[in-house]
Amino acid sequence: MADYILTRMVYSVLSILGLLMLVFFLARLTGDPSHLLLPIDASEEIRQAFAERHGFDQPLLVQFGNFLWDLVHLDFGISLRQQRSAMEAALEAFPTTLKLAGVAMAIATLLAIIVGSLAASKPGGAFDRIASTLSLGGASAPDFWVAIMGILFFAVTLRWLPTSGSGGIEYWIMPITVLMLRPFGLLVQVVRGTMIGALASPYVKTARAKGLKRARIIFVHALRNSMLPVITVAGDLTASLINGAVIVESVFGWPGIGRLMIDGILQRDFAIVQSTILVTALTIFAMNIVIDVLYAVLDPRIRHS
Amino acid sequence: MATPIDALPKAPAEETAPPGLFRLLLRDRFALVGAVFLGLLVIAAVLGPLLIGDLATKLALGQRNLAPGSLEHGIAYVLGADSLGRSLLARLIVGARNTLGIAAAASLLAILIGGTLGLIAGYAGRWIGNLIMRLTDIVMSFPSLLLALVVLFLLGPSIVNLIIVLAITRVPIYLRTTRAEVLEIRERLFVQAARAMGARSTRIVRRHILPVVLPTLVTIATIDFATIILAESALSFLGLGIQPPSFTWGAMVANGRNYLGSAWWLAAWPGLAIMLTTLSLNMLSSWARTIGDPQQRWRLEIAGKRR
Amino acid sequence: MSGASAPVLPTPVLEVRGLKVGFHTGRGYVRAVDGASFHVDPGETLAILGESGSGKSVSAAAIMNLIDSPPGDIAEGQILFHGHDLLDMNEEKRRLINGERIAMIFQDPLAYLNPVYSVGWQIAEVFRTRPNAGVTDPWGEAVRLLDRVGIPEPSERARRYPHQFSGGQRQRVMIAMALALRPELLVADEPTTALDVTIQAQILELLKSLQAEEGMSLLLITHDLAVAANIADRIAVMYRGEVVEEGPARRVLEHPEHAYTKRLIAAEPGRAGGLGTDRQGQMREEAEVLLQAEHLVKDYKLPGGLFRRARLVRAVRDAGFSIAAGETLGIVGESGSGKSTLARLLLRLDEATGGHAFYRGRDIFAMDEAELSAMRCRVQMVFQDPYGSLNPQLTVAAIIAESWEIHPQLLPKAEWSARIAELLQMVGLEPAHAERYPHQFSGGQRQRIAIARALASEPELVICDEAVSALDVSIQAQIIDLLAGLRDRLGLAYIFITHDLPVVRHFADRILVMKDGEVVEEGTTVDIFERPQHPYTRALLAASPRPKWTAGDEHEMVFGEERLQRSLPTR
Repeated sequence: MADYILTRMVYSVLSILGLLMLVFFLARLTGDPSHLLLPIDASEEIRQAFAERHGFDQPLLVQFGNFLWDLVHLDFGISLRQQRSAMEAALEAFPTTLKLAGVAMAIATLLAIIVGSLAASKPGGAFDRIASTLSLGGASAPDFWVAIMGILFFAVTLRWLPTSGSGGIEYWIMPITVLMLRPFGLLVQVVRGTMIGALASPYVKTARAKGLKRARIIFVHALRNSMLPVITVAGDLTASLINGAVIVESVFGWPGIGRLMIDGILQRDFAIVQSTILVTALTIFAMNIVIDVLYAVLDPRIRHS
Repeated sequence: MATPIDALPKAPAEETAPPGLFRLLLRDRFALVGAVFLGLLVIAAVLGPLLIGDLATKLALGQRNLAPGSLEHGIAYVLGADSLGRSLLARLIVGARNTLGIAAAASLLAILIGGTLGLIAGYAGRWIGNLIMRLTDIVMSFPSLLLALVVLFLLGPSIVNLIIVLAITRVPIYLRTTRAEVLEIRERLFVQAARAMGARSTRIVRRHILPVVLPTLVTIATIDFATIILAESALSFLGLGIQPPSFTWGAMVANGRNYLGSAWWLAAWPGLAIMLTTLSLNMLSSWARTIGDPQQRWRLEIAGKRR
Repeated sequence: MSGASAPVLPTPVLEVRGLKVGFHTGRGYVRAVDGASFHVDPGETLAILGESGSGKSVSAAAIMNLIDSPPGDIAEGQILFHGHDLLDMNEEKRRLINGERIAMIFQDPLAYLNPVYSVGWQIAEVFRTRPNAGVTDPWGEAVRLLDRVGIPEPSERARRYPHQFSGGQRQRVMIAMALALRPELLVADEPTTALDVTIQAQILELLKSLQAEEGMSLLLITHDLAVAANIADRIAVMYRGEVVEEGPARRVLEHPEHAYTKRLIAAEPGRAGGLGTDRQGQMREEAEVLLQAEHLVKDYKLPGGLFRRARLVRAVRDAGFSIAAGETLGIVGESGSGKSTLARLLLRLDEATGGHAFYRGRDIFAMDEAELSAMRCRVQMVFQDPYGSLNPQLTVAAIIAESWEIHPQLLPKAEWSARIAELLQMVGLEPAHAERYPHQFSGGQRQRIAIARALASEPELVICDEAVSALDVSIQAQIIDLLAGLRDRLGLAYIFITHDLPVVRHFADRILVMKDGEVVEEGTTVDIFERPQHPYTRALLAASPRPKWTAGDEHEMVFGEERLQRSLPTR
């Protein structure tokens, strides 16, 4: 068990390294990195001086060594637009995103488990049909469009909610709703599917032969077993939640890491892009470990393997 | 003897499938509506240029931000016009061509790459299989949209790059599925039986494994097509996808966002088009899953009788 | 104990009258039980005997309210429990009867126990959810029950999870759970089918003794005549959803009246005819040795991780034998004995860790691709599961023709269809079946197709790996007859691998008994059955269930068994 988690950690670190290497070499191989690192209107002399100062004239492997060295020191250079350490900017924006994503994911998961279980307890019933249709809608909705339509309706027309920015609870409602839409939709389907399977499983027959109450069979016997695939999907969704955060943050002007990255990309601020990649990768890495541990807690077969 | 060997096993499988696949579709109203919508959409996208001519690019400054719902300027303007007076209906049809075209190309590329690598990972030795899986983990563990954004940022946005990037982010799905299926099928008794008869690997893959894996991949592609459409729209919305003068639905939404206060329809229609398309695809695939699951299929079979 | 002989008929605990159950399936409405009637008297054991698809398990599920409607549909009939119709009761009433007054155990305890809760928790749950049972210490009671069903160190084992128990122990756990509230009726659906014979004998003994202590009734569902004979007071034979014959166990089995019962009994392995074949001896001296194995060893590597060493499991240790042309060799052993691995090594489906094997004097393990391919024409294999061993996407013709495609020199393409028709007839099928797909055939027919495929390359040796184990007894007998007929006609040699000693009783010339990867005994069929030397062989023979009415022998057997059990490591 501990072996398993250690192994996963080593692989995750390798994954992150691989990702950063990919970024490094893509940036170097697709042309002069000073194009990426300097403003587009920089003169030729400035480029030359910049290249020498940062060692871009040196062999690729030496550059890679320097890159790794900086990496170990969490040094991603200075953001050209913000004139401060890129890592600092990324770490400053990170908690805002974490709060947004955490709340959205928590609500989505909890709601999905309840709705999905109830839908599975009577497949084909009225509740199931409504829940299934709604969840399909949630999973199919283009989040950026829902966000814009939300602004149009609740902010511009009705003036109930602010269009963008951050502050009190009214600023949270729309971003969280939009962000949880897709995870909720997908999770309801997963919960429903695995619960239907679990409720048809042999051990549920045993529970019925024991004369247990329906609610106990659903929530004690079937749900605990269904949690494993649900957790897997929820884990995969963490990555896609960051996708959503980029959209939501950029539409609602939310000062998180997703918006920082989009701005970095649009303003060609390479240092910012690199540091935001590392921060998100580390978050997902931490999330994966939490999921591995949860898995072992929920399933004795994994604990003992 | 006319050998059934080359007449791929898929065709007979459809023949022997219980009659009334179409009738089962009729029993699920949502899936039926979805199928009809997708059918009309594809027809419109394919026949688009014949229907609309140059309407999508024809400027008519008198009709700038024309509101929808009026037939005064002809059927082409029933959904209104954009900020340069171009027919929104015509632009939606052109957008459909681009959106569906890019998504189709990306899906096909993802199936090809994912399927091939998955076969290799599942059938080759442990070492190369592990390497492929680790690389997949890297792609998987990173948010696909960010990955696409970063790569487009580095390589520069163009339609070809867009297709490649979208394909790469979807490859892991096909790769993992293929590998999992291969690992499972190669342990099945009929593959063991073929090995015991002296069959070589290439024969086993071609004859016994591919015919089972392909239908699974096609099923996944239905759902994944919707995901790709959403991803492409998001990228184009953020400005790193398709570049003007070309456009997709996502780019149309981005454009309409600037006129949200004055002309909501500029953003509303293309977004609705995306939503209806992905919803239809999801409805269809959910129906297909019910059909494919012997434990669930009866629901549709008795559904018609109870009504 | 038996209520049948009492002058006054007792009120039955359970009476099923004219039960009809159907299901909506992907292929339309299927009637599984079609007017079945039977009853269980207080304290007696009724065995419902039937083959797959007879509706016996569905009847049990109907009694326990385990049939969901839809897709299930209880169309007609009554299930009277102490005279009250269960089908008329509401859900809540039936729920309270389940577990408390009627309990059930199932075939595959690993799937039927919840994998994520400890076994003690699952037993204690019965008490915790029934406060009126008046058990103040559910956990302690669970431990006591585990002790009673023979789980060693019960207080410690109660904390463990189902996957940490062996198959036989899991069934004991199921039994403990079922007995928790002292039900009046225990429904047991194929409780020993998934178990090895030696374990089966132990579980049957346990059920008998617990039943006697509790005075409860037992409704046992089984496909196995010997099990029914061993435990039942009365037997009801089910066929196509109906009870075709019912009566005292001895009467039904010794003087069957219905044609189906007669067929079933005649088909039971090891029942009719003499022992072994009369061909042994003479052929062994003259015939050439086909295949010879010496000191075979196979280790399986359980893969390690970055931080864990890989472990080795030895599946076959130092096994050796030889088989002559035209000879039939039975390899018998329980699960985990290494018998199937041995077969795979010979065809190099797995690579051996050590030892040698020779095919007509040539070292199999040193063969190059071409030589191996040539050998695989002459040595064919038939697998256990006829559902899995045929590619569902290919027609029967394509399945049979596969070896000609792999080895084009075997037969010119022009002759394929004629030869396919010939092979199909040889195995008892129609030439017209060639264009059909495997799913259109029954299990026995599929095994015939697999045999036709094996014969296509005109082999001299066919390895049958549990080739009849997945089939109903009546079909088993037909397939064995077919194999025996082909042997005489084509001069085939067989290696016949099975866990079921009686199956090879008339069929094999010689028998090899395997245990834990080793060959513990080898001899002619007559010697193995009549003069077994090794204690394990004797235990295997003794473990086959004996009829209940052979009371005198039974005592002897129980005594012998206890003695043997001590010499056997419990698994």
